[in-house]
Order: sequence, then C-alpha cells, then structure tokens
Amino acid sequence: MSKHFKLKRGFNIRLKGTAEVVLEDAPAPKTVALKPTDFPGLTPKLKVKAEAKVKAGDALFFDKYNPEIIFTSPVSGTVKSVNRGERRKVLEIVVEPDGTSEYLKFTKADPSTLSREQIREQILKSGIWPFIKQRPYGVLAKPGDVPTHIAISAFDSSPLAPDSDFLFSKEQAALQTGIDAVSKLTDGKVFLGLSPEQSSGVFSKLKNVETNTFSGPHPAGNVGIQISKVCPIGKDDLIWTLSPQALVYIGRLFATGQVDFSKTIALTGSEVKTPKYIKTIHGTELTDLLKGKTKGEVKERIISGNVLTGEKVDSDNFLGYFDQQITIIPEGDEYEFMGWAAPGFDKFSASKAFFSKLLPKKEYALSANMHGGERAFVLSGQYEKFLPMDILPVHLLKAILVNDIDKMEQLGIYEVIEEDLALCEYACTSKIKVQNILREGINSMIKELG
Amino acid sequence: MKALKNFFEKTKPYVQKGAKYHWLHSTHDAFFTLAFVQKDTSKSGTHVHDFIDLKRTMGIVVFALVPALLMGMYNIGYQHFGALGQLETAAFFDLFLFGFLKVLPVILVSYIVGLGIEFIFAQFRGHEVNEGFLVSGILIPMVMPINTPLWMIGVATAFAVVFGKEVFGGTGMNIWNPALVARAFLFFAYPAQMSGDSVWISASGIEKMADGFTGATPMAQAVLGETNLNVWDAFVGLIPGSIGETSTLAILIGAAILIITGIGNWKIMLSTVLGGLFMGILLNIFAVNAYMEMPFWEHLIIGGFAFGAVFMATDPVSGAQTDKGKWIYGFLIGVLAILIRVVNPAYPEGMMLAILLMNTFAPLIDHYIIQGNIKRRLKRVQQSA
Repeated sequence: MSKHFKLKRGFNIRLKGTAEVVLEDAPAPKTVALKPTDFPGLTPKLKVKAEAKVKAGDALFFDKYNPEIIFTSPVSGTVKSVNRGERRKVLEIVVEPDGTSEYLKFTKADPSTLSREQIREQILKSGIWPFIKQRPYGVLAKPGDVPTHIAISAFDSSPLAPDSDFLFSKEQAALQTGIDAVSKLTDGKVFLGLSPEQSSGVFSKLKNVETNTFSGPHPAGNVGIQISKVCPIGKDDLIWTLSPQALVYIGRLFATGQVDFSKTIALTGSEVKTPKYIKTIHGTELTDLLKGKTKGEVKERIISGNVLTGEKVDSDNFLGYFDQQITIIPEGDEYEFMGWAAPGFDKFSASKAFFSKLLPKKEYALSANMHGGERAFVLSGQYEKFLPMDILPVHLLKAILVNDIDKMEQLGIYEVIEEDLALCEYACTSKIKVQNILREGINSMIKELG
Repeated sequence: MKALKNFFEKTKPYVQKGAKYHWLHSTHDAFFTLAFVQKDTSKSGTHVHDFIDLKRTMGIVVFALVPALLMGMYNIGYQHFGALGQLETAAFFDLFLFGFLKVLPVILVSYIVGLGIEFIFAQFRGHEVNEGFLVSGILIPMVMPINTPLWMIGVATAFAVVFGKEVFGGTGMNIWNPALVARAFLFFAYPAQMSGDSVWISASGIEKMADGFTGATPMAQAVLGETNLNVWDAFVGLIPGSIGETSTLAILIGAAILIITGIGNWKIMLSTVLGGLFMGILLNIFAVNAYMEMPFWEHLIIGGFAFGAVFMATDPVSGAQTDKGKWIYGFLIGVLAILIRVVNPAYPEGMMLAILLMNTFAPLIDHYIIQGNIKRRLKRVQQSA
C-alpha cells in the first residue's frame, strides 16, 4: 500500500557547493573518536581508560541509565585519550587505529531465522543500538521497549544533502538484511519514505517494508514529517527511527558477523574546492580528510552535518555520530554598512523582502552571520510556512517558554524534534533560537513524564 | 564608512557594564546596529540565518507609509489654500511645502519623545532597542488631525509607549496597537481638540473661510445628510481628515508594497474590506437616515477605513496570530468600524475603536482556533490508532 504525499510547506535553502557524483577514498585516519555529546540527554560512563587496547566492536562507554546500551570502537587500536570539557564532561573518546583490523566476533545469521531477543542482543552488543532513536523526543531507544512502528527516511532533503541513492548504491543487500533485522523488533510495520526521484534506485527495490513517497521542499525528507503523515504519534505511541546508514551497519553485522563502520560522506559547501563524496569511517578525524580540500580564501566554518542541524567543529575535531556530510561555509564575522536597508539582489531570503526574490535559480554562498539581533516574537504566520504538519509552532514554543507541560503535549511536542523546526529558526525575523527552546521543552517533558 | 565603524568600535568599551558611560549603552547599541549589521555569527542551532530582520521589516513598513505621508502633506496645503480660496494661484510646490512644514514638527516630536522613552526602557531592562517604534513613531502623526498641538502629540506618544507597550514588556508583548492607543488617549482626554469641523484644516491666521468651505470631513457631512461626496477627491485624498488617512490611492500603493514583500498580511486587509462592505450593504438595506443611505462602497474611501485596514489592523503583534483567526479578526474590524461609524450618535468615525476592540479580542479568537487545532490533532491520532 504505497501512498504519495505532496508536501507544499517547507523551503529549500539554495546553497553553493553541492557534491559532485565522484567518490574518493579518504586517507586512513590517524585517530577516530566517539562524541557522547552527539546524544541529547546522555550520561556516558566510561568503560576504558587511556592506553587500553580495543578491537573494533569493543565498548568504549555506555549509557549510565541504560547500561545495556554500549558505544563501541569503530576500529581496532589503542585508546589515545579521553578529552573532557567544563566540569569534566566527556567530550571525546579518541582511539588510535593500529592498522590491523581485529574484529570482535558476532553471530553470522540470516535475521529472519533469529528471534527478536537474539536480534536485540546482537545489535546492543555490537554498539549499533545508539543509531536507533525513538519518537517522541528523538532520544536513544530503550532496549526494553517494543515500538508501535519503525520509520526510516530513505532521503535527506536538507541543504546540500548527499544523494542517498548514490551513497548506498552498492549496499542493497546490507540494507535489505538491516530491514529484515529491525522488522523483528516491532509488532507493527516498517515504513520507508522515498522521494519521487528514488523511484528506480536502490531503495525502491527493498522488500519487507511499507514504502511511501514524499515530494516537496525540505523538510520532506525528515523522518518526523513522514511519521506525522503516515502514523501520527499520540501520547502512548512509540516510533523508532533509523537512518539508512544504520540499516547498512546492522545488515553488515548479520551478514558478516562483525562490525564494519565504514561509510561514505559528502564534502559540501561554498568553501570547498571541489565538493564530492568521500569514503571514510565512522567518527573519523577531520584534519587529514580536509587537507587541501578547502579554498582558504576567507575565515571558514566547518560543520559536521548540514547547515541547519550540524555542529560547528574545529578542523582537528571528528565527524559526528549521525553525520553523513561535512559543510564548509564562510564564517562571515564582518560588519555590513546599512545592510538591512540595501536592495538585496545578493541577499538570499525565504521572505519576499529582498530583490533576490527575482532570481529564483541563483545559488548563494551564505555565511554564518546572524544578519540581525535577537528580538521577541513579533511576526505571526511565519513559522507555519516551513512546517508541513498541523502544528502551530509559535504557540508550541510559547508553551515551552512558560513551561506549560499540558499545552506542550496538546500542541504537539511529541511529534517534533529540533531538525523539524530548524527551518523556522533559519527564517525567523526575530532570530529566535527555536531548536534550543524545543530541546528545553523536550527535556522538561522527559523530566516530568519520564 | 570605515571611520564611522571605527568610532563605534572604539567607543564600545566605554558603554559596557561598569564603564563610565554605561548609561549610554542602549543608545550606542541602537545607532551602531542601525548603521551596521553586526558581525555576530551563529553560536548554536542553525548555522545560516535569513537576511531578514526586524529592521528590514519595519523599514519596509515605513517605506510603504511614505506615499500616504507625502499625499497627506500635499493635502494639508491643499486644504489650507482651499480655505483661503487661493487654490488657483498657489503652485503645487507651495501646497506641498506648506504641508511639509506643518507635519515635520509633529513627526519630530513623536520620534523624539517615543524613541527617548524606548531608549530609557531598553537601558533599564538591558535589552536592545526594539524597532517597533520606527513604525509607531510615524503612524502616530499620521492618525492625528493637523491642528493637534505639539504638546498633546508628545503627551499622547509618551502615554502610548509607556502604557500601550512598555508596561506589557515592550515590542511583541503589547495588547493594543500603540499608535491607536495614542489616538484614543487624545480622543478621550481632549475631545474638543480631536473632533469637530475646525481641527482638520490648518487654518491659523485665516480670518474668513472661502465661500462654501466648511472644513468638515465627508463623514461629518454625511451625518448631516450632505451626501454630495466628490468620489475622485476622496480617492486621491483631497478631503479634510487626519494627516495620513485621506488618500486612498496612496494607501493602496502602500498596501501593494506590503503585500508584494509579504510584510503586511493580505488576509487581514481583504477581510477587513469585506467586513466593511458587508456592514455597509446591511446598513443600506435597512437605512433610516442619510448616513445609512450613503452608498456602502463610499465608506472605503472616506475617513480612516483604508488606512486602518492596511496599516493598523495588520499589526502582527496586536492582531490575531492564527491564520483562520486573521480572517475573523479582520472581518469583524470591518463590520464594527462601519457600525460604530454610522450608528453612534456622537462621532462619525469608528475605525480606531473597532481596531482597538478587536485587538482586545484577538487573543480570544486565537484561543478558539488553537483549541480547534488541539482537538483536530487528538482526533487524528485516535483515528490512526
């Protein structure tokens, strides 16, 4: 029963620097790292100390409140350091690969012959479990739960996002094995959301899933938006979400009996010399990967992820846990004389208040400048244009600001996470920090209701 | 420009907290941000931000008000020389210059008083100065009769900024449109200076009006049963009235600017007009006096109806915030404006009171729309379960 959903609301930010369909091997990284900060609300407990020897698949740390959830090393080697920030918060656990590929052994079996319990055990022990997120809240899925359904978006619609049909073109078998495995974890269905362009790609050939297509501008590719159309989340519902990359990891795990965390990412953005795809490994260090790849003309901002939800990283930092792209844009920390009053042929905007509206195809090198100061909510009807859901975003955010749990629940906090409202933050005239406010609201929901 | 930037950057340390001139902080910040879009970059959340900000938004509203303001200035000269009976001899430029010199002090008083108070509040609260008053400061003069004494403008502006806005927490928090609060304050505090036939024409020094010249607004005439409105004059704006409200043509140009740029809400504008037409037709049908018999569409081009619909009702802060709410809110403004205008015995205009009344009820309208959203969402989840 495949359905087509035509989403009208949303917006594509037209950035320069889409990756060319060229694949390049990255140099073997000198270090890789896991960053507990990639998981909102996680309290990590370390399992290893510096200097410890680890195999690929050995636990580096675990979730203090769900000790079954472990986070494993993507490579075999030595733990080089545990980097801490303020108040000794663990920022990174860095592993230095030893060049050999020693893997921890897991069961090699067709998932359809295994029980739910066996599949769960194996995914947990391999350290791939943290790739499973739950809705509501977009936090780590709890191993004891059985989700109503599982939802997967096969495409990424965010700015300069990689083409997932290209990323996973050789992974059809792994994707299928992954789907067969996760479908055992739910009594409901596994939903797969495709874009209309994917009608003949690798994802269209997958079985054992209910496929729906979603057309329209970003955030059509966000799994949260797709869930709201296919299986809206109520108070007692639990939906698990996975990325295609997670399916591939799970598929490889069951097909080969060992973890294989190699992945392909896209190097994008206006400050990249030749944007393209790069084959590398989970948690790779960026120094060597980016060497000689950037233009170096202006002060640059390196983002692990996309410009809406990614994280700003230093060039010697690491690729984020879930990130499938690196975006490099100008920092833009410069004053602009009377910038707000200029006609604005070169000022890209989701509004109609600049003459750039007359150039509907032009791509822009947008910087990280705020283009204005933060204000109270003044305009109305602005956010709704960017959220293809029946939710009143401003009223939800106001409910969060006054910490009204009932109102948050009624106005739809179960259905959205930061990425779904990121466009509102981009377009906001008052420069309100929408994503931060939403996460605060989610945190107080978790605190109040568990 | 570099020198100016250096000046602002060099003086910045002196207005920081604890520094000698900290009391100038909000002022420094306001002028610095006005002259230069700041170099701040995204610290969290999205890395790119839209070029639009509140300065751009408010700047466009002020820009959209300019045609009505210029026409208003011209009309003040036109009415003045008309009252003298010297229209044939006065040149276009004489008329405009006369009006310009009359209006300029009003604008200056409004901005100086209003921004002064805003700067002080921003300083005490530790906020940046909000751009909202850029629009309010020009709206206040435009809704006043030209003969309003300057001290009254000052008092009304102060009242509007303090009690219409700052007590609620500043721009974005206010319940009523600040400019209309100023107008309503004067209307109730000094009724003699705000209505009647003598306040609309700048006639100081005129001892004898030209024959047939009354100075009454078309609405006041309509009450008396004199329904010989010159439609073209009313549309172009050559009729007595508040400074900015007379020219429907200029207001339409402003409306076009607001709608094309997406800054003003076309739904509110359209529904207000529809509400006005609806009530006008209803009154025509049940007409028992001359004002009720006035053709319904003439209401749109006289008085403050067009100005209110385009520039006042569309204020995003004091108006309804939900999409459906906007239709209801606008429609009721139109209905009430014409109803109050025609039916109330004391004063032949109703736009100001209609908008203030609907500002008051906008949160209630929104409340029901939000409840509807909550119910609909609940039902949807139950259905899929």
